[in-house]
Amino acid sequence: MNGINETGAAVQPSLMSAWRAMILRDLTLAMRRRADVLTTLFFFIIVVSLFPLGVSPEMAVLREIAPGVIWVAALLASMLSLGRLFSDDFQDGTLEQMLLLPQPLSVLVLAKVLAHWLVSGLPLVLLSPLLGMQLGLDGEAIGLLMLTLLLGTPVLSLIGSVGAALTLGVRGGGVLVSLLVLPLYIPVLIFGTGAVDAATSGMEYDGHLSLLGAFLVLAALLAPLATAAALRISAE
Amino acid sequence: MGFKNSIAWYYFSAPKNFYVLAGRLIPWFWGAAIVLLAVGLYMSFFVAPTDYKQGESYRIIFVHVPAAWMSMFIYLLMAAYAIIGLSWKVRMAEMMASALAPTGAMFTFLALWTGAFWGKPTWGTYWVWDARLTSELILLFLYIGFMSLQSAIDDPRRASRASALLAIVGVINLPIIYWSVKWWNTLHQGASVSPTMAPKMASTMLTVMFIMAVAFWMYTIAVVLMRARRIILERERQTTWVMDLVKAGTGDKQ
Repeated sequence: MNGINETGAAVQPSLMSAWRAMILRDLTLAMRRRADVLTTLFFFIIVVSLFPLGVSPEMAVLREIAPGVIWVAALLASMLSLGRLFSDDFQDGTLEQMLLLPQPLSVLVLAKVLAHWLVSGLPLVLLSPLLGMQLGLDGEAIGLLMLTLLLGTPVLSLIGSVGAALTLGVRGGGVLVSLLVLPLYIPVLIFGTGAVDAATSGMEYDGHLSLLGAFLVLAALLAPLATAAALRISAE
Repeated sequence: MGFKNSIAWYYFSAPKNFYVLAGRLIPWFWGAAIVLLAVGLYMSFFVAPTDYKQGESYRIIFVHVPAAWMSMFIYLLMAAYAIIGLSWKVRMAEMMASALAPTGAMFTFLALWTGAFWGKPTWGTYWVWDARLTSELILLFLYIGFMSLQSAIDDPRRASRASALLAIVGVINLPIIYWSVKWWNTLHQGASVSPTMAPKMASTMLTVMFIMAVAFWMYTIAVVLMRARRIILERERQTTWVMDLVKAGTGDKQ
């Protein structure tokens, strides 16, 4: 794609091909290090499994807290995986090359976040029915839980990318990022669990889903801009 | 804004000139804060009438409500300075944003603390998970995040720019968080003071509350200017004017 044409001038890759290349690169890197992906996934499972042990094995109790437990575990798991989003590229100098690219940084950031979500957020969504069954949710609630996670986890990755970019190369960055990002996750948590709770108590839940969708659109629009600005601050 | 006025803005956005100006203003703001605080506290204890329903315990709202106002105003002000600092690269604005954060966090904590003490006799519990308490708590988390990020980064320039960006992200999220939390649970009584409705309180109570609010403002300005002066000295320690100041020994030791 990128090379020299017949007249000898360098050809710039189009935005779309740069975008695709970025996603493929990040996915390839993630696949070469499958253990990292699995660690996040097992963390998610372990956190959820602790609740029956800690709270109560009664199915009635578990059914009540299930949406909240699964959502909080997803929040923590997606936060843990944020460290990998930019730090490797920052350490080996790839990030600086990205900052120098002619393509707008925010668009490339969106590609990186999407790739990150595909390996750290999507597996959580796919695994959630199993955990929902363990906690005694019925079929409809499980389907809805998956849908809220499908809408919500990309928002977590997008907001998280701002925190990850701000704490690049900062000592104690891993703990710090949780302090910066978790308060901003709260609206997603509220409406994610709210939808499932409303459905199990026989109320309308369309509003919750619409709001989650609105958060996704807003985050996809604004978060890459903030992340790009944060990356420039961190890498200067 | 006249030509002359805009010159003054540029003049005082230089840390050296701001340092001198702040040094002159601080005693005035301290004086106003102490006088107003004394008047406000006297009136809130001895002049304001006893509430027929809540008795004497309601008097804590003369601290609580202005503290809660301040906690939100200061965050907005901090974000405004952050925007100015980031978009026009005004160093002084970045330093002001950093100087505001601890005072904002203090007022947030004060609002939560006094709210708990008001809640015990009135609601029978120190803490309820209602919309306003929860969002005030989240505001405290945002302040703490801002200050932790600032102190975690060693390079002061990068620290203030990164935390400025965080303040802007926070201020965009603040209304979303507020409305989510409000929607999630509305147990709290409606707003007692609002600009659109006629106030439901006795006018003496309202006056006292405003005096206390102005006193808190004066205190905030005085403390923030003092903190800003220290930040200036620390950041500009390589410059000749700071060295001269140190050598002369005339820099007042606050």
